[in-house]
Amino acid sequence: MTPLLEVDNVDVAYGSTAVVHKVNLELRKGLIGCLLGPSGCGKTTLLRAIAGFEPVAAGEIRLNGDPVSRPGWTLPPERRQVGMVFQDFALFPHLNVAENIAFGIRHLPARDRDTRVRELLELVGLPSYGKHYPHALSGGQQQRIALARAMAPRPRLLLLDEPFSSMDVELREELAREVRRILKQEQITAILVTHDQMEAFAMADRIGVVNAGRILQWDTAYNLYHRPAERFVADFIGQGKLLPGTVLNDHQVETELGIITGLVPEGCGVGAPVDVLVRPDDIRPDDQSHISGEVLDKAFRGASFLYTLRLASGGKVLCFAPSHDNFAVGERIGLKLAFNHLVIFPR
Amino acid sequence: MNQDAVQAAAPPARTWHRPDAWRTGVVLTALVLALPVLVVFAHLFLPSTDVWQHLRETVLRDYVVNSLLLMLGVGAGVLLIGIPTAWLVSLCEFPGRRIFQWALLLPLAMPAYIIAYTYTGMLDFPGPVQTQLREWFGWGYGDYWFPEIRSLGGAMAMLSLVLYPYVYLLARAAFLEQSVCVLEVSRTLGNGPWAGFTRVALPLARPAIITGLSLALMETLADYGTVAYFGIPTFTTGIFRTWFGMADPAAAAQLSALLMSFVFVLIVLERWSRRRARFHHTSSRYTQLPRYQLRGWRRVAAVAVCALPVLLGFVLPALQLANWAAGTTETWMSAEFLRLVWNSLGLAAIAALLALALALFMAYGQRLRPSWSNAVAVRVAGMGYAVPGTVIAVGVMLPFAWLDNTVDAWMRESFGISTGLILSGTLVALIFAYCVRFLAVSLQTVEAALGKIKPSMDDAARSLGMPPNRVLRVVHMPIMRGSLLTALLLVFVDVLKELPATLILRPFNFNTLAVRTFELASDERLADAASAALAIVIAGIIPVILLSRTISRSRPGHDTAA
Repeated sequence: MTPLLEVDNVDVAYGSTAVVHKVNLELRKGLIGCLLGPSGCGKTTLLRAIAGFEPVAAGEIRLNGDPVSRPGWTLPPERRQVGMVFQDFALFPHLNVAENIAFGIRHLPARDRDTRVRELLELVGLPSYGKHYPHALSGGQQQRIALARAMAPRPRLLLLDEPFSSMDVELREELAREVRRILKQEQITAILVTHDQMEAFAMADRIGVVNAGRILQWDTAYNLYHRPAERFVADFIGQGKLLPGTVLNDHQVETELGIITGLVPEGCGVGAPVDVLVRPDDIRPDDQSHISGEVLDKAFRGASFLYTLRLASGGKVLCFAPSHDNFAVGERIGLKLAFNHLVIFPR
Repeated sequence: MNQDAVQAAAPPARTWHRPDAWRTGVVLTALVLALPVLVVFAHLFLPSTDVWQHLRETVLRDYVVNSLLLMLGVGAGVLLIGIPTAWLVSLCEFPGRRIFQWALLLPLAMPAYIIAYTYTGMLDFPGPVQTQLREWFGWGYGDYWFPEIRSLGGAMAMLSLVLYPYVYLLARAAFLEQSVCVLEVSRTLGNGPWAGFTRVALPLARPAIITGLSLALMETLADYGTVAYFGIPTFTTGIFRTWFGMADPAAAAQLSALLMSFVFVLIVLERWSRRRARFHHTSSRYTQLPRYQLRGWRRVAAVAVCALPVLLGFVLPALQLANWAAGTTETWMSAEFLRLVWNSLGLAAIAALLALALALFMAYGQRLRPSWSNAVAVRVAGMGYAVPGTVIAVGVMLPFAWLDNTVDAWMRESFGISTGLILSGTLVALIFAYCVRFLAVSLQTVEAALGKIKPSMDDAARSLGMPPNRVLRVVHMPIMRGSLLTALLLVFVDVLKELPATLILRPFNFNTLAVRTFELASDERLADAASAALAIVIAGIIPVILLSRTISRSRPGHDTAA
């Protein structure tokens, strides 16, 4: 079966500066993808190229197997059946909520149009708001209307450009889960662009980490966290520190914390210098241990503390500890390893 | 941005596009609109005719000297009226301030040629003022001295009275924009109202004042009605004389080109001062300005300073016109008058609609295809506001006449039919000239309104399946409704008031309110001209109301009740 969306070796450039390089990605029908990266990494540009707002400089974009973008030729956005939810929602201020939602289905007979509008208002939980004007709605309400409007024509693909960035931080994750529920209920294929990994984790089935115009890894949230393919991904996703070590054999690496066991990738010969990714949940406090670290800093997280520890060599690691293990800054605590797999990068 | 580019590898055949109207169309339109000015400028490089030689030896010096003197006098006049009134209404508190705030704009509604002949009627030898003086003192003809209104000094006074609002408007805006902090700092440092004005407010507002001054001087150079009526030889009257009296279009065009180089200096001055004005915003903290409370004689003086320009520039002449019109009811009840009104309104409506359509096309083209060439095209198309109507008329007439003659000659040669005049001497030429002159007005309004609509609106509409030309109609135009109406009204009134281009380009026997007013006044039938003049003045109040509403809203936190 052809994937719904194929992005094949695509470059996008503004003038002579390429902002997206050789990007490849595929999304099967019904999945929610996410482009995650710091601001200015090119993720929005890539999204706009998929929508048809930006031409591609190289490669090809296909929807259902049909080319929609090639160098020198772009199927205009109005003919792609690709919906989009904008960062500022872009609701039409001169139309009321019902008219906004009906904008993309104006060719339908009035009766079908009204039914669809009512159905969508129901779906986003604002059934009685049809006659309201956008300026009278809260940010969260505007956002749901923008979503309903984009879904009205049943697009083949729905794009969401930083849809939660104007929301209160406390609301974002909740809204992201709510949007996921709606999209899944309607079986809509979607791509989300965001710089917030909690949003990405709450919403997406597949996440692409983007940096400097490239997709570094296209994977599930779990794999991005536990099996990052590149240093940038390891650093960007979650928390963690890199600790120098030496390869002992094909399943062991020696570090200051002791010998860590796991699969050593090919290409790292015995004795090769490497960096090992140490996540805060990879080490635990242990009074019995002969390895120890000095508490540099501690952050209370409710159920746990996040400690920053300095090892004997001066290297730093992070450590999650249950909040009843309350150590003082400057205290030296014993550590034990709790790795269940090994992530290393050659040095 | 490049959807319509080359189709080398375009797979589906139905994606063929017409040549891109938004790219080439905008540039072509700008070129057509720039044609009159280009034609005029081209005459700088043509060999001069005998008439030109004659002009140079005889009257050219007068034209240059009088035009310069007029600019000098009007410049001083508008500054003397515009700056003090602006400062008083924005930074001082005295009775009637809120009314003066907008009333000071009223003279804008009064075209210079109308105020000129109204004052002539009042101050001439047989006019009410001198008659009254003779009655009181028992003087006869030649017994006393009275200033001659039909003189260079009179023209300076007339033009200053109706053009000072440009300086007033921009100076007032600049005074209001000056942050409270700067003015308060100046007060804490011991500067009283006068020192605060001369040492802080005035220097900060200088770029805005220069902008207003250059606009007023552009209007001065463009004026034909006043100087023609007063018989002062300047560039504009000279162009008319050369065109009609000596029937030498080439020499008229050369005179126009010379006039344009004067205008060009003013354009540069205006652009330069506008750019400087941007650096003079010192802080963005706006609150209600604490105004100086004026007491005693200062209060009386402030009221007098603000009342005088309104009285002399609007109330008095308007009353005189109303008085004349009341005495000539048969004039404005006649079928001829209705015909004039109909001609004027129709012409103004067509020109305003066309200018709005062109402005929408160009501004939206620039939004869809933001390119270097489109940006230049939009700027070029907006240059007409600085070009005197006389110059535009000459620049329209020359190519149109050439085209008509060429077509006529070709048709006669090939088919034995004479097509005569198709474009020149028709309403087409006139409406085209109006578009060249006033496109800037609608373009500025439309550009500002379009700029306020976020680009995501366009994207949203397109992602919902709507092609760009329909997006303009369904999304942008309804959102901009208010501004579009403003643009229509502004051009409408400007066309209604326009005199010199209409005089030159109107079809034979086709009259408008402005033309008829001027003709009757030139025949010394002042009272008969009053009803048409009054109609123009009343229409002219519309943009003044629009303007005063915009400026009262323009400043955040400012009292809008004015």
